[in-house]
Amino acid sequence: MLELRNVQFTAGSANIVQDVSLTIPEGRFVVITGPNGGGKTTLAKLIMGLQQPTGGAIIWNGEDVTNMSITERAQRGISYGFQAPPRFKGIRVSDLLRLAAGKEKNLSIDQCCTYLTKVGLCARDYVNRDVDNSLSGGELKRIEIATILARGNGREHTLMIFDEPEAGIDLWSFAKLTDTFKALHATGTATIIIISHQERIIRLADEIVMVSGGKVSAQGSVEEIFPLILKDTVGVCTMAEKEGL
Amino acid sequence: MIGEVEKKLLKEIANLDDIPAEGAFSLRADGEGVLLRSTKNVQITRKTDKPGINIHVAPGTVFESVHIPVVLTESGLTDVVYNDFYIGEDATVEIVAGCGIHNCGCDTTQHDGIHTFYVGKNANLTYVENHYGDGDGEGKRILNPQTIVYMEEGAKVTMDTSQIRGVDDTKRYTKCIVGKGGDLVITEKLLTHGDQHADSNMEVELNGEGASASITSRSVAQDESYQVFYPRLSGNCACFGHVTCDAIIMDKAKVRAIPELTANHVDAQLIHEAAIGKIAGEQILKLMTLGLTAEKAEQEILDGFLR
Repeated sequence: MLELRNVQFTAGSANIVQDVSLTIPEGRFVVITGPNGGGKTTLAKLIMGLQQPTGGAIIWNGEDVTNMSITERAQRGISYGFQAPPRFKGIRVSDLLRLAAGKEKNLSIDQCCTYLTKVGLCARDYVNRDVDNSLSGGELKRIEIATILARGNGREHTLMIFDEPEAGIDLWSFAKLTDTFKALHATGTATIIIISHQERIIRLADEIVMVSGGKVSAQGSVEEIFPLILKDTVGVCTMAEKEGL
Repeated sequence: MIGEVEKKLLKEIANLDDIPAEGAFSLRADGEGVLLRSTKNVQITRKTDKPGINIHVAPGTVFESVHIPVVLTESGLTDVVYNDFYIGEDATVEIVAGCGIHNCGCDTTQHDGIHTFYVGKNANLTYVENHYGDGDGEGKRILNPQTIVYMEEGAKVTMDTSQIRGVDDTKRYTKCIVGKGGDLVITEKLLTHGDQHADSNMEVELNGEGASASITSRSVAQDESYQVFYPRLSGNCACFGHVTCDAIIMDKAKVRAIPELTANHVDAQLIHEAAIGKIAGEQILKLMTLGLTAEKAEQEILDGFLR
């Protein structure tokens, strides 16, 4: 179970995350959504340890991880798929998957295939490619997701955080990805947090958390929250309102 | 036949556990030619006028691998060797050279390997050169290789050179003359640490129509080491050339990259890219989210970069 207790993050005079408290039971699939700049990614980074909260506590499986390093959190089963993953000169796709799976020896093509096919990539085409500028944004993003899947494989009590996994991904691969998230959830072994604006992903969730202005502005089931999202987002254009569109 | 120290050096520079049982081979140890072995298609003979060997690869050789390692374990030795390679037309050959110095003494040990390649029409040469140094002595380990390559029409040369740790001072000089339709690919990998100094000076002349060259330098400078990479590429006809210098700088090291392009023909297309910088923080953070410590993440990034 993940618990955020009054978590805050302040940068200079800006309160990026303000007093956020959340409890996410093990095996739950939660989508965090909300307007750009609302603090969603910062919240995810605070959980992973990529940024340190200026207040509050983060509890994972009953253990206070607030002051733990990124590595310590990762070793306790927390993983995070970057919104904009970094590129590496010389590090291959198979290397990233090996590191993610926590193995010393290279993974076989079949092992790589286990993860890459779930994101719609053919292992034979990708394992020996460098994770560098030769990959498109969508390919890089899918490889990033595959590393999170490799990270969680065979582990108990994992928390997988995906930051806008749909960004840059084509429609066909996106369909594959939603199936993968659905299947992952069905195993019941992972607690899943996805930051997303996509209706198809939102509709997969057990629970939606709306974050805006650094706060949780709404929280509940898809049935409860989705109508609020529609209400918030329809009629933003005053011209359209005037014209009755 | 060879001791454990030499075996370790052979492993480092040529990935050999011992002297191979077959194939063309030359071993030079502490300034002396120790072993020469030719094959039907690869003839290796000792020079009579100066130290070194001549290697003749017969025209049309389908594929042969030739190992010519040099090991030095005697402190205070300066070894200068001249090796000439004649690659016949249409031959395909891989030559694995390299020098390992184990210096346990207090005097400088130095090896200057002067290699000249004459690559025949449509021949295909892969040249691999690994340099390595170890030993606990205070004496310096110095390697100053010179590699001169003349490529005839349609020849292809792939040159992979690597110097990872242990060499205190190196002055590398590489010169390649590329003929019509020739294709040259050079990849140089270098890691310096401590107060080591490495200087790599390259001249590539694209002289024949349709010639191409791709030069890539990947280097890591750690501690207080200093590197200079100075590739000069001249396009003297309709040709294509690309130079990439990528360096990771760490600690108090210094790196200079000075790519120089000269186009002497309107259809010469020459490109250079140069980037020097420390390891991107995002890269380390990403690997830490996979459970690695910061130190292990850094090592993985460096190992990949210099692979």
